[in-house]
Amino acid sequence: MARKLLLEHINVPGINTLDVYREKGGYRAVEKALKTLTPDDVVEEVKKSGLRGRGGAGFPTGMKWSFLAKPEGVPRYLVCNADESEPGTFKDRYLMTHIPHALIEGMIVASFALGAKTSYIYVRGEMMPQIRILEKAIAEAKNAGFLGKNILGSGYDLELYVQPGGGAYICGEETALLESLEGKRGNPRIKPPFPAIAGLYGCPTVVNNVESIAAVVPIINDGGDEYAKLGIGRSTGTKLISASGNLVRPGVYEIELGLSVEEFIYSDEWCGGIANGKRLKATVAGGSSVPILPANLSLKLANGEPRLMSYESLSEGGFATGTMMGSGGFIAFDEDQCIVRNTWNFSRFYHHESCGQCSPCREGTGWMEKVLHRLEYGHGKMSDIDLLVDVAKKIEGNTICPLGDAAAWPVASAIRHFRDEFEWHVKEPIKSLDTNYGLANYAEPIAKAVTTEN
Amino acid sequence: MLKVEEQQPVEFSPALIAKFDEIVKRYPEGKHKSALLPILHEVQAELGWLSVAAMNKVAAYLDIQDVEVYEVASFYSMYFLKPQGKYVLEVCRTGPCCLVGAEKLMGHIESKLGVKENEITPDGLFSWRGVECLAACGYGPVLQIGPEYTFYENLNEQKVDELIEDLRKR
Repeated sequence: MARKLLLEHINVPGINTLDVYREKGGYRAVEKALKTLTPDDVVEEVKKSGLRGRGGAGFPTGMKWSFLAKPEGVPRYLVCNADESEPGTFKDRYLMTHIPHALIEGMIVASFALGAKTSYIYVRGEMMPQIRILEKAIAEAKNAGFLGKNILGSGYDLELYVQPGGGAYICGEETALLESLEGKRGNPRIKPPFPAIAGLYGCPTVVNNVESIAAVVPIINDGGDEYAKLGIGRSTGTKLISASGNLVRPGVYEIELGLSVEEFIYSDEWCGGIANGKRLKATVAGGSSVPILPANLSLKLANGEPRLMSYESLSEGGFATGTMMGSGGFIAFDEDQCIVRNTWNFSRFYHHESCGQCSPCREGTGWMEKVLHRLEYGHGKMSDIDLLVDVAKKIEGNTICPLGDAAAWPVASAIRHFRDEFEWHVKEPIKSLDTNYGLANYAEPIAKAVTTEN
Repeated sequence: MLKVEEQQPVEFSPALIAKFDEIVKRYPEGKHKSALLPILHEVQAELGWLSVAAMNKVAAYLDIQDVEVYEVASFYSMYFLKPQGKYVLEVCRTGPCCLVGAEKLMGHIESKLGVKENEITPDGLFSWRGVECLAACGYGPVLQIGPEYTFYENLNEQKVDELIEDLRKR
């Protein structure tokens, strides 16, 4: 069995309560940090661990923490980003539902490291049940003396609050999240200044993903060096992968970074293969924003070597033949799925979720949705395909926040790898309404999976 | 266009105001505007939707301009600016759920309830709409029902029929 750090005790009955969580070694990291370490020691351990932000950007967490400005007499804030909204990603919901104290414990240790006296967990509003779970867990922790004044006699005070969002994908962008937490529309801010200098209420702020915060617990318990031994290269530790789409066993899996994509899809320990005996057509490896890859490039690099679930291996080959780790939202498409329809669906999502601040994104996402809609419904022209490429190129890099890029990449990559399917929709407008193109001839998915024995 | 009854004044119960008072305590002094999103959720849970009169009362409570409430309520997709059915079935319509049949399910809900997206059944019990990704992609198709946003996962037509019957009996 693969090593698990975050989900080790996920199946223990009652692990969502403080008592059972403590029996399984919970809150040791708080005791260790507050009683034996200085805040700088904690930051140092996280730096040593090589932990990279699990929300999508993959920026080293320890480095992000060390950028936090510490002016005298100004409060600092830690805000946890639990606005999980990236299509294909549902790991944070899983973690908060089943083992909420892992997040609370991580928040206490991280807040101590950053010198925050008030911290917020910004949870997307639709996760009202998870908000109730977290509020209950916070009350339990406070009752046991892990929150509030003078925690464990260390002289450190911390209050932790849960803030609901209002249902806006854009609030997963950290500055939009801070705007929303201030009671405003979720319009991303122009950077610089970065939140580390001027974040929540204009004060120095760190915003971290749920999984990044939870990973601080094993890092402090076992030491950053131990954590860094797991994984491969600069992709250290474990990662929660949300697997969805046409898989035998979709769900949330904790993998050690460096597992091969083939093993993850086909092994019985993980997703168990493609559902209903179908063949794999394509994957989106890191949430809807990252480039889609056909089956052959999902499983193997351009040079024929196996592709691994790691930040480096997934992005190997750039956007020509690679993709990105993103938030770990792994979506598998079987041979019956229509790439044009899915690309239209994703475009509609980005159009709906664009905050409207920057015109390339506001206008471009709607334009792409419209063009893709007519391609999907049999009214497309050949020139529409190049038009989409052109619009995508003009959005990319020309917006305040990365939502523009996130909207452009799925479209550009779908055309890059599945252009003949788009052309088929133009040439066969009637046929494409009720039949699917099937497996692209260049996808050449392997007939039978070969998985390594553990 | 707003109907006359939608312009009627609203009253917030003392229990609701007490909830507001608790929420405001979470933020540093002078930063009470942060309470706006959670307070709007509470108001919607109590009244079913956010009327102009209700939003104005929230503005007065937080001592901010009315427009500061309108701009927020209209930005976020969870806030209803029109009356809804007692139960609003919100079905995820984004990619991963569509791979496992969400679009077909929405068609089924439409014919089962006999009303189009965003319309209310004549008995006032139901309305439905497609919403964007609900972060439950592995358990699709999914739908949620406010105000507690209970989740219904791995749905098929039969499960939806049972759910609708259950809700009718409540």
